[in-house]
Amino acid sequence: MMNNGTRPRRLALIATKGTLDWAYPPFILASAAGAMDWEVGIFFTFYGLPLLKKTINPAITPVGNPAMPMKMPFGSERFQNINWAIPNVITHNIPGFDTMATGLMKKMFKNKGVATIEELREMCMETDVRLIGCQMTMDVFGFSKDEFIDEAEVAGAATFLEFAADADISLFI
Amino acid sequence: MLDIEVNVKLDCRGMSCPMPVFKTSKALKNLKVGETLEVISSDPGFVLDIQALVRQTQNKLLVTQEMNDHVFRYVIEKTQQNLG
Repeated sequence: MMNNGTRPRRLALIATKGTLDWAYPPFILASAAGAMDWEVGIFFTFYGLPLLKKTINPAITPVGNPAMPMKMPFGSERFQNINWAIPNVITHNIPGFDTMATGLMKKMFKNKGVATIEELREMCMETDVRLIGCQMTMDVFGFSKDEFIDEAEVAGAATFLEFAADADISLFI
Repeated sequence: MLDIEVNVKLDCRGMSCPMPVFKTSKALKNLKVGETLEVISSDPGFVLDIQALVRQTQNKLLVTQEMNDHVFRYVIEKTQQNLG
């Protein structure tokens, strides 16, 4: 209960994507809402579920994403502003290209003062964000509970829906 | 207003969203009602975000002052007890 007698605002998120770029939105929104004293819950399902593992290593791929800027996080300002037009035949076929692209994006985030996914997840835990892992996805992908952080609850759709029923904002990410 | 007395100072220069919001919120929680917090930030998005933060946490933004190129100084007065 807030001091003026009303209940706090509530944010309900569904995180379905496990790539480095798409891991950011749920954790950023949740930690910002947590900082504003909102109640927050995130339901991690399908490819979003591994984000609750003890060790996480989300990666990106430029494959199938023509909107991804291909910029270098080092060198002169002019060099960093070049958007490299790398042909699909290279991005799709060169072994290790995704690993390199992931490394460059992490470096770019760091240069711009963006927190890591691990740091943002830590911030969510600090503000009591509910982190709900999807039991069904866990069974389908063959994950076991002990691969996940202790703070993760494991539950199904009904648990999330009950939480989201009283939410002011619900987003599917 | 610009030379208002501040109790705690927080430097968020170089940090991107949502770090300044998070750090500011955390610093506010450690203050007593009536005390003030000074925040320095270089995040252009924080100019509006700090207003949302103080509205949502029911505190008061006393000062917004541009120091130089995109670096702003803010002073917040804690006017609300920590929420449970």
